[in-house]
Amino acid sequence: MRKYQNFRVFKEKVSFLVDRKALTVVILLLLVMAGVFIFSTGTGEMRISPINVVKVFFGGGSDMEQLVVQSFRLPRIIVSLMVGIGLAVAGGILQGIIRNPLASPDILGITGGASVAVVGFLAIFSDESNALTVSIQWLPVAAFAGATIIAFLVYFLSWKDGVSPIRLVLIGIGIYSLMKALTTLMMLLGPIYQASQANIWITGTVYGSNWSNVAILVPWILVLCVVAFILARNINIQELGDDIATGVGSNVQRYRFLLLMVSTALIGGSVAFAGGIGFVGLMAPHMARRLVGSSFGALLPASALIGGILVMIADLIGRTLFSPLEIPAGVFTASIGAPYFIYLLFKTRNG
Amino acid sequence: MNTNQAISTKQLTLSYGDTTIINELDLEIPKGEITVFIGGNGCGKSTLLRSIARLLKPKSGAVLLDGEAIAKLSTKDVARKMAILPQSPSAPEGLTVLQLVKQGRYPYQTWLKQWTSEDEEKVNNALEATGLMKLKDRAVDSLSGGQRQRAWIAMTLAQDTDTILLDEPTTYLDMTHQIEILDLLFELNEKEQRTIVMVLHDLNLACRYAHNVVAIKDQKIYAQGKPEVVINCSLVKNVFEMECEVTVDPLFGTPLCIPYGKGRCILKQERLSRNG
Amino acid sequence: MLLKSNLQKWSGLLFAVILLLLLMCVSIVYGYTDTTWKMAIDAFTSFDGSNEHLIIQTVRLPRALIAAAVGASLAIAGVLLQTITKNPLAAPEIFGINAGAGFAVVITVTLFSLSNLQIFTWISFLGAAVSFLLVYIIGSIGRDGLTPMKLTLAGAAMSAMFASMTQGFLVINETALEQVLFWLAGSVSGRKLETLLSVLPYLIVGWGLALLISNKLNVLSMGEDVAKGLGLKTGMLKIWSGLIIVLLSGGAVAVAGPIAFIGIVIPHITRAVVGIDHRWVIPFSALFGGMLLLIADTASRFIIMPQEVPVGVMTAVIGTPFFVYIARKGFNK
Repeated sequence: MRKYQNFRVFKEKVSFLVDRKALTVVILLLLVMAGVFIFSTGTGEMRISPINVVKVFFGGGSDMEQLVVQSFRLPRIIVSLMVGIGLAVAGGILQGIIRNPLASPDILGITGGASVAVVGFLAIFSDESNALTVSIQWLPVAAFAGATIIAFLVYFLSWKDGVSPIRLVLIGIGIYSLMKALTTLMMLLGPIYQASQANIWITGTVYGSNWSNVAILVPWILVLCVVAFILARNINIQELGDDIATGVGSNVQRYRFLLLMVSTALIGGSVAFAGGIGFVGLMAPHMARRLVGSSFGALLPASALIGGILVMIADLIGRTLFSPLEIPAGVFTASIGAPYFIYLLFKTRNG
Repeated sequence: MNTNQAISTKQLTLSYGDTTIINELDLEIPKGEITVFIGGNGCGKSTLLRSIARLLKPKSGAVLLDGEAIAKLSTKDVARKMAILPQSPSAPEGLTVLQLVKQGRYPYQTWLKQWTSEDEEKVNNALEATGLMKLKDRAVDSLSGGQRQRAWIAMTLAQDTDTILLDEPTTYLDMTHQIEILDLLFELNEKEQRTIVMVLHDLNLACRYAHNVVAIKDQKIYAQGKPEVVINCSLVKNVFEMECEVTVDPLFGTPLCIPYGKGRCILKQERLSRNG
Repeated sequence: MLLKSNLQKWSGLLFAVILLLLLMCVSIVYGYTDTTWKMAIDAFTSFDGSNEHLIIQTVRLPRALIAAAVGASLAIAGVLLQTITKNPLAAPEIFGINAGAGFAVVITVTLFSLSNLQIFTWISFLGAAVSFLLVYIIGSIGRDGLTPMKLTLAGAAMSAMFASMTQGFLVINETALEQVLFWLAGSVSGRKLETLLSVLPYLIVGWGLALLISNKLNVLSMGEDVAKGLGLKTGMLKIWSGLIIVLLSGGAVAVAGPIAFIGIVIPHITRAVVGIDHRWVIPFSALFGGMLLLIADTASRFIIMPQEVPVGVMTAVIGTPFFVYIARKGFNK
C-alpha cells in the first residue's frame, strides 16, 4: 500500500496530499473519542447502557434517562471535550512556532494571567461572608480577559524588530513566574475559603457546566480549530526556522502574530470555562507527534482528539471514582496522560 | 535596464548594530550563470547573500531582482523567483524527506490547493534530481550529512525558481559529497539555465564551477569576473592574506591555488616560506 | 557580556562576594523588630539575652544564611540542568524536583497528619530525589541513552503528574491545603539553624562538585559528539551532574520549600554578565542566586507589614523585570 494518497477535486482547485497512516490514526482517535463520549455519558450514579445512550441522543430512552443525560452529563462532557481540544491545539501551535518541546499554554504565562484574574475576581467581588457580590457568570469573562492581556503583554515585551521564538519563550516564562507569584500572594492574603475555591479553579474543573456554556464554547473552539487547521502549513514552515520560512515567501512575523492570537483565543476560551487544566496543552501535541509525525496538517487534528479524550476521561474519573466527592478533572489529566506519554516515548525510537 | 542581470545591488550598505559589514556596494549578478562569493572568514559574504535573499534588511541601498527592488515585491513573488538555502538549517524531529521537500511548494499553495499535479511533478523532479526518491519516507534527522543536505537542496529545487542562493552548501560534507552537490548544481545551471549564487570556502572548487567569482574584502568588492581572469597570487594574498602559487588545474584548466606553508616533501625550497 | 577580561571577572567576583555579605548583614539588621547595626554586632560579641539579640541570633541569622545557601544552590542546579538538556527553559522546578518534594510533603500531611518543619525537610528531600531519579531513569532508557530531548520530555511529564496529584490531594483535603500552602509558596523564614546545618553538608558537596566539573561542562556544551571526541565520558558527566542537581535542588527544597524562578532565570542573567564559560558561570550564578533570594527575603518583610510575603513570590516580583530586560537585550536572533 502506498503511504500517501493524492486528493484532488474540482479541476485541482482543491488538492491535498493525505498521509494514509496519519489519516488512519486520526480516524481511530475519532472512534475512541466517540466511544469515550458515549461511555462517559452512560456512566455515573445512574448507569445507562451504551445503546440506550445513543437512543437518548436521538430522543429515545426513559424520561429519567433523558433528564440525567440532557441536564447533568452532556453539558460537562461536551465542555470537557472542547476544552481538551482547545488546549491541545493551542499547545501544538505554540510548540510549532516556538520550536521548543517545553512550550505550552502554561509556560507562556497565558494560563497564569487567567489564574490571576480569577483569584483577583474572587477577592475583589467577595463580601465579608465570602459571598460573591456579582454573578459567577462573570468569572469566565475575567479569566478570558486575564489570558488575553497577558498574551499581548508577552508579545509586546518580546517585540524588538520582530518577535523571535527564544525571546518570546524567555519573556513568557518570566511573566509566567510573576503570574504564579501573584496568584500565590493573593491566595495567601485572602481567606482560606477563597484560597480553596481558587485552588479548584487553578486545578481545572468542568463541574457545573451548563448548556449556555456549551453554546458559547462549541462554536468558539470549533471555529478557531478550523482557522488553526487552515494555518497549519504556516506552522509547518515556521518549524523550519525563520530563514527558510522567509525564503519560501512566508510572512513570518504576521503569521507568528496570527498563530499566537489563535492559540490565545483557544486557551482563553478553555480556561474561562474549565480553569487551568494542565498537561493537555503540553503533552497532547507530543503524543500526537509520536503517533502521526511532524506535519501539522495531521498533528493538529490528532492532538485535538487526544486532548479531548484526555480531559473527558479525566472528568469521568473525577466524578465517578470518589463519588459522591467531585475531584476536578485537572487532577487526572496528568495522572492518566503521563504514563501513556512515557510509554510512547519508549515505543518510538525517534526520541 | 539590463536584462542580463538576475540580481543587482545599488549602494547597498549592511550592518549588524553599529558594525558596518558591507559598504555602498554595487554588484551585478549575471543571469543563467554560476556566481560564487569568496573571501576570508567574516568578510561579509554570507551577510551579503542573506541580504540578497531579503533575510536581512539593508541599512541603506537596495537589492534588485530582475530590475525590481526586492523590498517592494511581495515576499511570495520573490519566493517564486528566488530560493535560498541558509547555512546549516534544522528540521523538526521526525519530519520526512517528502514532507520537507513539499514545503518548497509553499509559495504556490493556497490552503485549498496544497497538492496539485504540478506540485507533485516538481517535488518528484526535485527528489529525482537529488537522488532521494528511495529515501522520501525516511525522517530527515535520521539521514547522513550528505543526504540531509541533498534533502534541503531538493526543497529549494521544488520551489522551482530561476535563481537559487546557497550559503556554503558543502560545509561538513566529505569530498565525494561536495563534488556530488556541486555537480548537481552545475547540471541545474547547464540544463535549465538556472542562476546559481553561492558562498563557497574552497577556492579551487569555486574556480572549477563558477562562471563568475566575486571576491569580497574590506566591506566591498575586491575583484569580480571569470576565475581565469581574476584569480591570481596577488588576489589571494590580498583577499585571504595568504601566500600561494596559482597554477592551472591539470584536468579542468581552471586556476588551482596551492598555498605556501609547510609540507612533508618539498620540491621548490626557495618559495615555500609563508611570509614570502 | 559585561565582564570581558579575566581581571574584570576576578574583581567582579570579589565585588559580588562583598555585596552578598553586605546583603546578608542588611537581612540580619532590618526587619519587623526594630534593630540597629550596633545591636547586630553586639548580639554576637556581647550577647545580653535581650529580645532583639535573641531575634538576631536565632531568627535573622539563620534566615540570612539559608537564603544565601538556597539561592546559590538553586542557581547552580539551574545552570547544570540547562547545560545537560541544552534547553534554555530547563530548571529544577520543570524537572519534577519541586513537584516531587511537594507531593511527598502533601502525602505526609494528608496520610500521616504530620506537619513538623523538621520532618518536612527530610520528606521533601526524599521526594525531590526520588522524582528526579525517576525522570533520569525514564530519560535514559532506550537504545540511544540519555538524550536531552527525552530527559526534557520525561521531566515535563513527571513534573505535571506529581503536580496534579498534589493538587488532587489538596482539593480533597482542605485542612491540608491550609497547612501546606505556606510551605508550597516557599519560604526561608521560621527555619532553625539546625535545619540548614542538617542539609549543609549535601549543599557544600554539591557546590564543590559543580565547580570541579565546570570545565567538563564547557566541553559538553560544545555538543555531545565533540565532547566525546575530546575524550570526555559524557555518560559519566551526566550522572555526576544529575547527582549534583539532586543534592543541590533537593537540599534547597528541603530547607525552603519549592522556590521557582531562581533556577531558570539566574543562569541567563549570569551568562549575560560573564559569558558562557562554566568556570565563571557557576560561581557567579551561585552569588547572584544568593543575592536575589536575600533581597527578595528582606523585601518580603516590608511589603505588607506585619505579615510577610512568601519569598518565592518576591523573587519573581523582583527578578522578572530584570529578566525581561536581559531577555530583550541578550537575544537578538
